[in-house]
Amino acid sequence: MAEFIMPSLGADMTSGTLIEWQKSVGDLVARGEIIAEVDTDKGVIEVEVFTDGVIEKLLIEEGDEVPVGTVLAIIREDGSEPNQPAEETVSETAESKSDIRQSAKDGQRVHASPVARKLANKLGVDLTDVNGSGPNGRIQREDVERTAEKPQTKSERPLAQKTATKDKNKRMRRAIASAMARSKREIPHYYLETTIDLGKALTWLEKENTGRSIKNRILYNVLLLKAVAIALKDFPELNATWENEKLNIKQKINIGIAISLRQGGLISPAILEADRQPLPDLMRGLRELVKRTRSGSLKSSELADSTITVTNLGEQGVETVFGVIYPPQVALIGFGKVYEGVTVRNGKMALSFKINATLAADHRATDGHRGGLFLAAIDRLLQEPEKL
Amino acid sequence: MTDKELKNRVLSILGEIAPEADLDSLRSDLDFREQIDIDSMDYLNFVIALDEEFQADIPETEYTRFTSLDSCIDQLKRLLAKSE
Repeated sequence: MAEFIMPSLGADMTSGTLIEWQKSVGDLVARGEIIAEVDTDKGVIEVEVFTDGVIEKLLIEEGDEVPVGTVLAIIREDGSEPNQPAEETVSETAESKSDIRQSAKDGQRVHASPVARKLANKLGVDLTDVNGSGPNGRIQREDVERTAEKPQTKSERPLAQKTATKDKNKRMRRAIASAMARSKREIPHYYLETTIDLGKALTWLEKENTGRSIKNRILYNVLLLKAVAIALKDFPELNATWENEKLNIKQKINIGIAISLRQGGLISPAILEADRQPLPDLMRGLRELVKRTRSGSLKSSELADSTITVTNLGEQGVETVFGVIYPPQVALIGFGKVYEGVTVRNGKMALSFKINATLAADHRATDGHRGGLFLAAIDRLLQEPEKL
Repeated sequence: MTDKELKNRVLSILGEIAPEADLDSLRSDLDFREQIDIDSMDYLNFVIALDEEFQADIPETEYTRFTSLDSCIDQLKRLLAKSE
């Protein structure tokens, strides 16, 4: 038997609320399949299962908030004997605790289906403003949709929706504050900076893109990501976490990408095994990841498995980024804007495109010497873009 | 398709990419990337969405020409006329 637990989706997560089970007792599940949706400070996350088998028991009800590590379900792994009788622990027919929740607004109780709750969360609809059309006034998915569709201009956006967004932002701000304060409190950061000549890389990319359709266009950010991923192979101590006073080097290179959200806040989901992906796949993956991050449909593995973070603030006009490491990771790479600068080669001056790359690293895990070599390796890789 | 219809459809695509943006106050002759929060990934998604919505078959060489509402309308009119 395997336990399916509330995952930790980052150093800042202490608990999560089970929004919806996507599987029932007796259902077959395969490794990587989404079986639940969990509400966290970072939004609603789809949680994957990491074993093949059959759902034996669902232990937590939809709507329950439980600490990270709580067993949510029992999965009978392939080959093991079932417990008899396999029974539904969580009733799907009876009105569950999640159905009736105390509204923060004037003490009224809100009856809503889990799907309606999820949708309301996504659309920023306050359930106390929705008229339920189900049995006993229970709010259904359609009721939320109807409320969300009510014609309104931006200036007429209801107060409830603004409040819901504000609350979400507050929760996310708190989560970021907690992780960043921990980082600065616990991690002895050191910072290194280097300027990389991007001329060759951008010229190569321009040529490469002329043979592609718009849909398959590659952005320069992907070259930076790939260079970081490949460089990490020779510097595994930077692709690691620091936990229980020791360095844990990670086998897979899963690069967390700092993505700003439109409503404020920041999430760093990971591109898994970035070093193994060809540039077009990496581009597709990045596009998809940004889209899903901003629409609030990330998978748990993308949040839990990043081994290092890359942040690019160049488009905001920033020249150099001095990042704060996301614990328990031990390094963060920052890129600034691409600018035109003078390069001196063989005694001659020429204009070229450049970018400032920085490394913020944990001094418990590495020293500046290795960090410097790592930045030099990224630079070297970007001088041969065709090999990325 | 009239300029107004084109503009409305372009604005609708932009609104999906930047739902928080106040598109009513957008100046049509200026680069919208400097007026609302649009990064390179958003811009790429915007051009891809234009390509799909209008079946315009936008050539890669014209990728950077869709940066203002006016330039979008001009470019789309030209591409649509060419495909007729």
